[in-house]
Amino acid sequence: MKAGIGSGLAESERLPKTIFEQAVSGNRRSLAKLLTAVENGEVSHDLLGLSTRSVDGSVIGVTGAPGVGKSCIIERLLSTWTSNGLKVAVIAVDPSSPLTGGALLGDRVRMESADNNPNVFVRSFATRNQPGGMPNAVVLAADVMRQCGYDVVMIETVGAGQSEIRVVSVADRIVLVEAPLRGDEVQAEKAGVMELADMIVVNKSDLDGSERAASNIMSALELTSNPPPVLLTSAKNSVGIEDLASQLRTLPAKPGAELARARERLLTAWDNALLSREDINEVLDGLAGSENSAQEWVDENLRW
Amino acid sequence: MRIVIAKPGLDGHDRGAKVVARALRDAGHEVIYTGLRRTPEQIVRTVLDEDADMLGLSSLSGAHAFLFPRVCQLLVEAGCTDVTVFGGGIIPLDERSLLFDSGMRAIFGPGTKMHEMSEFVDAVITRVSSNQPVGVGEGGDWVWSSGE
Repeated sequence: MKAGIGSGLAESERLPKTIFEQAVSGNRRSLAKLLTAVENGEVSHDLLGLSTRSVDGSVIGVTGAPGVGKSCIIERLLSTWTSNGLKVAVIAVDPSSPLTGGALLGDRVRMESADNNPNVFVRSFATRNQPGGMPNAVVLAADVMRQCGYDVVMIETVGAGQSEIRVVSVADRIVLVEAPLRGDEVQAEKAGVMELADMIVVNKSDLDGSERAASNIMSALELTSNPPPVLLTSAKNSVGIEDLASQLRTLPAKPGAELARARERLLTAWDNALLSREDINEVLDGLAGSENSAQEWVDENLRW
Repeated sequence: MRIVIAKPGLDGHDRGAKVVARALRDAGHEVIYTGLRRTPEQIVRTVLDEDADMLGLSSLSGAHAFLFPRVCQLLVEAGCTDVTVFGGGIIPLDERSLLFDSGMRAIFGPGTKMHEMSEFVDAVITRVSSNQPVGVGEGGDWVWSSGE
């Protein structure tokens, strides 16, 4: 990494608060530099004089399995919302290598608006191996983007399976993207992320089996109280996108998910505290090179 | 390092760009790939928004002598003078000095070994940490030569 916050800017511009003020006044480069500092954990809400944002539905998590069309749906939403006069930011998360720490961040490839629409700001985040596939810095990053005048912030998760629900700790609303031909109707009955979604989108409605997939999901959800809306879209052909874009602006939070959200927030904070211990590398080396179990280490070393 | 790998202009050959992206990923860097057929303006916007430390340009179409300097010029105009720019593809030897003059620091041709790419990145990191010029708008005459 190049040297610290604001590298490339003049000395007087390096103070985080100054950069934040420039970002709020619309300077893209300052926003980009500030997000780097956020990602590297160099700034906090306190340091920027930013209070924790109240949940208002403007930060939307988009999750779902790899290849269901999360990035393509986001691209369609970007063009729809910006043509309605909104400013939209995206945090696109892709995985870091657990072996080398490197990452290939490729979500921009399918977001053409990212490169040329002045009312769009897309930033790629690597997970940097934080548990749950959701970097802790995303919370502050989303708050900073909201403060900089972006009306909606979308958080695209890494391609996620059935139990990866960490995104509920950072987003106000959760959209689960599904696609046809992803298993029989029992898949829709399983517990997990589907229970926390505020909306379910079955994408690829141009393919056979999409209506069946949607109806399987709907009948599985019929038994729950307050089932979330289920929408069919084809991001490829821009079908159902207008409806999705307008429903997302007024989507209510699914009741009953408060405890799960609180639990994920606690786990995020806990994971972060554990992994930012100064001796974490020695601890890991010790565990990798001996017969001692992680459980023993926890029992001996962690007290609360 | 955060490194953008970009394909400027009308050029559909991205095998090389993808291999380089993969090699840099395996060397522990965060690589942002732009996809095919981007304009110089779009590439600069990506570098800006992603706050990249380095930019790698790939061209096999023969348009490098126009596109690469154009990207460098736009980067400087956007204030990204500290971004290190390198290139690769089919770049004739006698056209390279023009690209170095525009601020690029390395050109990698066919047959480049993957470890050489990461040695170049390491050399850039060393220069940055000792405040030696290495960005596209920072001047100086340093360019990468293999075996450095």
